[in-house]
Amino acid sequence: MDLKEKLVSSFLAFENSVDVDHPVHDIRSEAIKNFETKGFPTKKEEAWKYTSLNTLQKIDFSIFPKKESMLEYRDVKKYFLHEIDTFKIVFVDGVYSSFLSETTHDGVDVCLMSSALNKPMYKQIIDVYFNKIASKDDSLTTLNTAFSREGAYIYIPKNKIPKKPIEIVHFSTGNEAALLLQPRNLIIAEENAEMQIIERHQSLTANEVFTNSVTEIFAAKNANVDYYKVQNDLTTSSLIDNTYIDQKDGSVVKVHTFSFGGKLTRNNLNFYQNGERIDSTMKGVTIIEEKQHVDHHTLVHHIQPNCESHQDYKGIYGENSTGVFNGKIIVDKIAQKTNAFQQNNNILVSDKATINTKPQLEIFADDVKCSHGCTIGQLDEEALFYLQSRGIPKKEARALLMYAFANNVLESVRIPELKVRINKLIANKLGVRLGFDL
Amino acid sequence: MLKINNLHARVEDKEILKGINLTVNAGEVHAIMGPNGSGKSTLAAVIAGKEEFEVTEGEVFLEGENLEDTSPEDRAHKGIFLSFQYPVEIPGVSVTNFMKTAINESRKAKGLEDMPAKDMLKLIREKSEMLEIDRKFLSRSLNEGFSGGEKKRNEIFQMAMLEPKLAILDETDSGLDIDALRIVANGVNKLKSKDNAVIVITHYQRLLEYIVPDFVHVLHNGKIVKSGTKDLALELEEKGYDWLKQETVI
Repeated sequence: MDLKEKLVSSFLAFENSVDVDHPVHDIRSEAIKNFETKGFPTKKEEAWKYTSLNTLQKIDFSIFPKKESMLEYRDVKKYFLHEIDTFKIVFVDGVYSSFLSETTHDGVDVCLMSSALNKPMYKQIIDVYFNKIASKDDSLTTLNTAFSREGAYIYIPKNKIPKKPIEIVHFSTGNEAALLLQPRNLIIAEENAEMQIIERHQSLTANEVFTNSVTEIFAAKNANVDYYKVQNDLTTSSLIDNTYIDQKDGSVVKVHTFSFGGKLTRNNLNFYQNGERIDSTMKGVTIIEEKQHVDHHTLVHHIQPNCESHQDYKGIYGENSTGVFNGKIIVDKIAQKTNAFQQNNNILVSDKATINTKPQLEIFADDVKCSHGCTIGQLDEEALFYLQSRGIPKKEARALLMYAFANNVLESVRIPELKVRINKLIANKLGVRLGFDL
Repeated sequence: MLKINNLHARVEDKEILKGINLTVNAGEVHAIMGPNGSGKSTLAAVIAGKEEFEVTEGEVFLEGENLEDTSPEDRAHKGIFLSFQYPVEIPGVSVTNFMKTAINESRKAKGLEDMPAKDMLKLIREKSEMLEIDRKFLSRSLNEGFSGGEKKRNEIFQMAMLEPKLAILDETDSGLDIDALRIVANGVNKLKSKDNAVIVITHYQRLLEYIVPDFVHVLHNGKIVKSGTKDLALELEEKGYDWLKQETVI
């Protein structure tokens, strides 16, 4: 039985474990129908031309983990931003771990999707927001919607700011030979609310993991959301991240994606500007090697006038790795005075590495500023010689140049401890000790 | 200190150095002058070990040691320093951190431990004061957004930090106003001793008023066509290079 059939037939079993009378279940039933019709995307589709899910579909994934796993905090501490205090929403093999988590209902809600779906007090919010910005058409998103049951639920009311950053961490323990995870996150920032979120998926063994995640983010008027995705997983883990962001007047949402490892990583990052004076920022650093594959597909839909979007993605590809960047910008006819910027710069460190990069601009307004640029190159030999002539060995000199290349993406990271951590990850990735903390 | 014998070098199929002979002793300052395209910068880069240039004939010795097949970083560790005509920008790496890396890599190559942070700070303070470099400047990204003068001053600051045996200044005077030129030249003069040597590559005589050479060489078409004392530089300033070219033909 292939993975699609297995998923479709598992839906019946899934229904036994959820409240089928809840309005959300109608959404799920609709979604499974869509997935059943469409199936997994194939390379024939333009958006999936360079990313194949064929290999993944041949793996016999467990869809529901059989037993709960316990993890000791000291064993997984390093995966948290433990230098500072944070709220934590932690899942182990897809199951909420109250032991590792630190949630709150003190003025803000930092808790679970399962609670939000089951408790009557959240019903109104679920009615208003759940599956409202996520695609009802994209097959992987609808697959997630069909099985949506658990994930992070964050609600920050008007004018509130949580006391500390929020970490959403998914561990997989390898209890199952191969595990499929489908977290579903709902994040709402009401007017003037602010928050910082760090998301991470971490496999702890070499068993196969396939995560198909959907996150909906709603940023109301003047809200400010910083979202950091740290993708530094094992080469047996694959991640498809579908993130949908709805922004209203004056809101600022920044998403940073750090893709440092995994077998296959696909980031579908979609911004919808449903208001004026909105700022949407997407930044990414990708550093991969071996046979790893990272695909960034971004979409910014400028629906209203006087908004901005900024995209800056840097990639360093070594060995046989492959990268994709596809940046789509749509500017509607009424979205005058739009400023949309997009930049994608890549360095191929090896002859066997490849990158496919493509801007995709659909502009229907006439008074806009849009710029895009992509580069693919090697390290600058003159710069390398400069560093070597100062006594810095070639390997370290190369690393320093690659660091310098990726650096400006880090400038906008607003959690200093996270910035230090990312810098260290980059130094590790580049395999050097540079004599100072980057 | 430095001995160059019949040095030929080329890039791809183009021969640029066509038999250079030069001896530089400790305590000396040599100026290399010549028209554009004569091979001045190539000579500097070849001494510093730039791999883009292929040495087809001849040798370069530093303190009696043949530098053939020696990487640029090893040459730096042995005491060669090249001040670049166009220093490279390294965003995200501060001047201070860059110097720490460079100094500690050199120490590592010599089997020494990292320089203690306290000593490093003291050294940085001392040398930056000598070159009238503002403290804030040191925490800026290396060369990023620096003016031409700031870049050159920063090159000499690096030279001061690394204390080379042989410093090659490649067109360090280009893009400098008179005040910056004076500061840079003073820095070089303070670093000069009986144990080290300096090669100044320049197009104009101006810098040589401040850094007074013991010898002046004229490079033309990949060869040293004339050598003399500092008076030769004045002669060149007056007459230009054309008369030299004619003399060579004859």
